[in-house]
Amino acid sequence: MGDLFVLAISCILINNILLAQYLGNCPFLGTSKKMETAIGMAMAVVFVLVLAGVITWLTNTFFLVKFDLEYLRTVAFILVIASLVQFVEMFLKKSIPALYAGLGIFLPLITTNCAVMGVCLINVNEEYNFMQALVASFAYAVGFGLALILFAGVREKTMLARVPRPLQDTSIALVTAGILSLTFMAFKGMV
Amino acid sequence: MAKSLTQEFVKGLWAEVPPFRLVLGLCPTLAVTKSIENGIGMGIATTFVLVGSNVLVSALRKLIPSKVRIACYIVIIATFVTVVELVMQAYAYPLFLKLGIFIPLIVVNCIVLGRAEAFASKNGVFRSMLDGLGIGLGFTLALMALAAVRELLGTGALTFWVTPIQIFGPSYQPFKFMVEAPGAFVALGLMLCLMNLVGKK
Repeated sequence: MGDLFVLAISCILINNILLAQYLGNCPFLGTSKKMETAIGMAMAVVFVLVLAGVITWLTNTFFLVKFDLEYLRTVAFILVIASLVQFVEMFLKKSIPALYAGLGIFLPLITTNCAVMGVCLINVNEEYNFMQALVASFAYAVGFGLALILFAGVREKTMLARVPRPLQDTSIALVTAGILSLTFMAFKGMV
Repeated sequence: MAKSLTQEFVKGLWAEVPPFRLVLGLCPTLAVTKSIENGIGMGIATTFVLVGSNVLVSALRKLIPSKVRIACYIVIIATFVTVVELVMQAYAYPLFLKLGIFIPLIVVNCIVLGRAEAFASKNGVFRSMLDGLGIGLGFTLALMALAAVRELLGTGALTFWVTPIQIFGPSYQPFKFMVEAPGAFVALGLMLCLMNLVGKK
């Protein structure tokens, strides 16, 4: 139990998926202009990443490894993720319309979010067992949400500030992300 | 107006150079630019995938039904990525280890899917090949430029192939910040700023 807690903390803070592992930066910059979209994206990622992490782990263990097909991992994972996203979208639309209205537009974007694919690959590369893979997927997703929402808060403020012309928009956003990443670096050595 | 073939190639090098002009494919850009060697390796791998997927997508563009096109593109791209993965494992194993999960992650690099959707699905095979080559080369050069800045400031040396070449001499105090995660964001941000300064006038 303690090990899993340590794993979760290290995935959320120390190895933060966005700011320390550089995964999922396109949606990070794309959806952080407004707090609302940031929260929507964060929720969608938590939802899909946990499912994707578990399902790709099962696919890998009970299918790819068993039949010696590990070289097909990339193809298999992306197909699993893409169909999972499609399935989740259809399921939510039918049964939980309120949630679908909230997450709707962010779901298709998740297929090409490298954070999802990245975490699935990390789970396999680190040879996590089932519980570890579950906890790591959830913790990485929470870390993603945390960084995204924090960043959106900062970015809303920079909108109001006077930024020199060439630095505007993406440029200043990246520098801000750098400073945020610097604060997350302070967690190194905690575990 | 149809662009000439040279224009198709050259646009990837400046006018539409991927991580700067179209802000796409940021994750590999930030992650692998710790040394020039990594940048070149990643650039070549991405270029190969881009050219391969562009050619195949444009050759099959009349056969792929438009409703499931994205899924088809992803399978095509994933196939080429697997090829790159296996080739690198066989012939450039140390580099493969350094780039780690970013090789399989070329699958979800928005540049590749973006070119398949925006260009290759509408244009002929040869044109798409040139487009892929141009964008891929532009991406490689961009990675190299960013990597050069980061590596030079972060370690005082440049690594073109395996062994680092000292540039600043032994008395240089390495600016470690640049090779760590925050340095990547700040360096890319400042380079974008520079591009804006030069480009806009």
